Amino acid sequence: MILAQSTAEPYPTGISVMAILLSAALTDNILLARFLGMCPFLSISRHLKSAFGMGLAVLFVITCTCVLNYWVYMYLLVPLKPYGVPAESLMLILFIIVIAAFVQLMEMLIERISVTLYYSLGIFLPLITVNCAILGASLFMVTNVTGRGFGTLDVLVFGFGSGLGWFIAIMLMAGIRHRLRTAKIPAALEGPGITLIITGIMAMAFVIFQGMIKLP
Amino acid sequence: MVLLAAAAASGLTAVLAALLLLAERYLANYGEVTLDINQGARTLEVPGGETLLATLMGQGIFIPSACGGKGTCAYCKVKVLDGAGPMSPTEEPLLSDAEVADNVRISCQCKVRNDMVIEVPEELFRVRAYRGRVERLRDLTHDIKELRIGLIEPERIEFTPGQYIQLQAPPYGKQRESVFRAYSMSNPPADDRAVETIIRLVPGGICTTWVFTVLAEGDEVDFTGPYGDFRLSDSDREMVWIAGGSGMAPFWSIIRYMRAQNLRRPCTYFFGAVQKRDLFLTDELNQFAQEHDWFTFVPALSAPAEDDDWDGETGLITEVVDRHVQDAADKEIYLCGSPGMIDAAIAVIKPKGVTDDRIFYDKFA
Repeated sequence: MILAQSTAEPYPTGISVMAILLSAALTDNILLARFLGMCPFLSISRHLKSAFGMGLAVLFVITCTCVLNYWVYMYLLVPLKPYGVPAESLMLILFIIVIAAFVQLMEMLIERISVTLYYSLGIFLPLITVNCAILGASLFMVTNVTGRGFGTLDVLVFGFGSGLGWFIAIMLMAGIRHRLRTAKIPAALEGPGITLIITGIMAMAFVIFQGMIKLP
Repeated sequence: MVLLAAAAASGLTAVLAALLLLAERYLANYGEVTLDINQGARTLEVPGGETLLATLMGQGIFIPSACGGKGTCAYCKVKVLDGAGPMSPTEEPLLSDAEVADNVRISCQCKVRNDMVIEVPEELFRVRAYRGRVERLRDLTHDIKELRIGLIEPERIEFTPGQYIQLQAPPYGKQRESVFRAYSMSNPPADDRAVETIIRLVPGGICTTWVFTVLAEGDEVDFTGPYGDFRLSDSDREMVWIAGGSGMAPFWSIIRYMRAQNLRRPCTYFFGAVQKRDLFLTDELNQFAQEHDWFTFVPALSAPAEDDDWDGETGLITEVVDRHVQDAADKEIYLCGSPGMIDAAIAVIKPKGVTDDRIFYDKFA
C-alpha cells in the first residue's frame, strides 16, 4: 500500500515531506537496509544509556551535515560544473572535510554550553567523524538532489529521517542486548557474533516497510 | 580544470580552518581562574582549559601520575571541594563510592573551567623536580640493575626510607612520548646527594627497557619525588619483612638507615627468588646478619637449578614465611612486591594473629 507520494517539486507539499521522512527512517533505514554505521552500532549498543547518547549525537550530526553539505554541493560544486570540475568525485573529499570541521566545532561549543551534555553526548562526537553513515547520508542526499530535485527543506527532513532511522536501530539493539544478558549464548557467538545475527534478523523485519512508502 | 578543483577544495578547507581557529580562541578559551589550595594555604592564578593535573604540574605541584594523564592508573587523585563540574565518565570506574562522596576526583580527567577549591596532601608540596646524572648503572642479576643517580639540581634530596621517586623515561626508539614510572629509593637518607633504585626489566615495559637498553653512565635524567608513605612505624615491635626481586629496594634503604641510627628493632627479612642467579646483595645482607644480632636474613628459592648447590630455604616465599613465623600477634609485617605476592603473603600471615593496622605494603613492583 502506498502511503504517500512525493511529487518532486522544488517546494514540496506536506505529504511528501512525510514520505521523505518515513522512507529515510524506515524503508531505506541507513543501518538496516543500507548497512552503514555498523561499527559504533555494534560497540555502543551494549548499554541503553550510551546507545541513547550515541544515537542522539548521530541524529544531530547527520541532520546538520546533510544541510551543510547540500549548500556546499549547490553553491560551490554545481556552479563549477560547467568549468569541468567533477562534482561527484570532489564532493567525497569536501563532504568529509565539512563533517570533520563541523564535529570539532560542535564539540567545543557543547563543552562550553553544558558540561553535562558534553559528558553524555559530546564524548561520542570524535567517534562520529569516521562513522560512514554520516558520509553515506550526505552522498544519498546528493543522488536525491540530482534525481528527485530535493530542496533545502527536503534535505533537512531527509537528514533528520536518516539519523532517526539509525537512532531507532541502535535503541532497538540496545534493548534486545539488555534482554540477552540472562540468555545462554554459545561461547563462540558471544559479543559480535550474536549481535550480527540479531542485526540480520532486524534487517529482515524492516523489509516489511519496503512496499509501504514509495518515492518515485 | 584540475586547478579549479584544487582551488575550490583548498578554499573551502581554508574557510573551515579559519572558523576552527576562531572557535578555539573564543569558545575553548576559559580565561584565568583561581585555584584555592588547602583552605587558602596557597592561591594560584592559572589559565583555564587544561586538566587539573597538567595545571598543577605546570605550577610546580607534582601530583603523582604513572600513565601520563590517560586516565588508567588512578595515581593522580585530588580532592576537589568546589568547581569541579560534573564527573566525567572516564573518572567513574576509577573511583570508589566512598571517594566520590568525599569529593575525590581523577585530576587528569578533570578540566579546569572555572575557579576551584581543592585539597592536596601536604607531602606533595615537598615534592620537587630533580635533574641528575647517572653515576652508576650496574647489573645485580641477569634482569635486575642498580641505578645510582647523582643529583645536579637541586643538590640534595630529603626523604624517609621507603619512599619512591617517579623517574621520567624520555621518548626513544618507537616510543614517542615520555612516561613516568615509580621506583623505590634504595639508598639511606644520609646519602642525600644521590638516589639509588633497583630496577627489574619488565618484558615490553617502556621505562625498564629504556633503562636497560638506552640509558648509560653519564646521561642526565629527570625525576620527581619523594612520594609515598611506606615507612617504618614508630613502635618497637618485632618486624617481618617480605619481598621479592626489585621489592628489595625500600628495605635496602631502611636497613642501612636502621644501622646508621642504631635502631636495634628485631626483624627477619624473607627474600624470595626463583634460582640462585636471581639473588643479589646476598653477601652484604649475610654480613649484616652476622654483625647485628637483631637482623635475620632468610633468602628462599622457589625452584633452585640443579647446579645451584643451594642449602638454604626452598619453596615459595609464602610457604617459607608460613614455616618460620608461628605467632604474629605482636609483630608488624612489611611487604614490597607484586600485588599477587603481597595478597598471597597477607593471606598466609593474617591467620597467625596480626591485625590489619600492623600490615604495611608497597604494591607497585
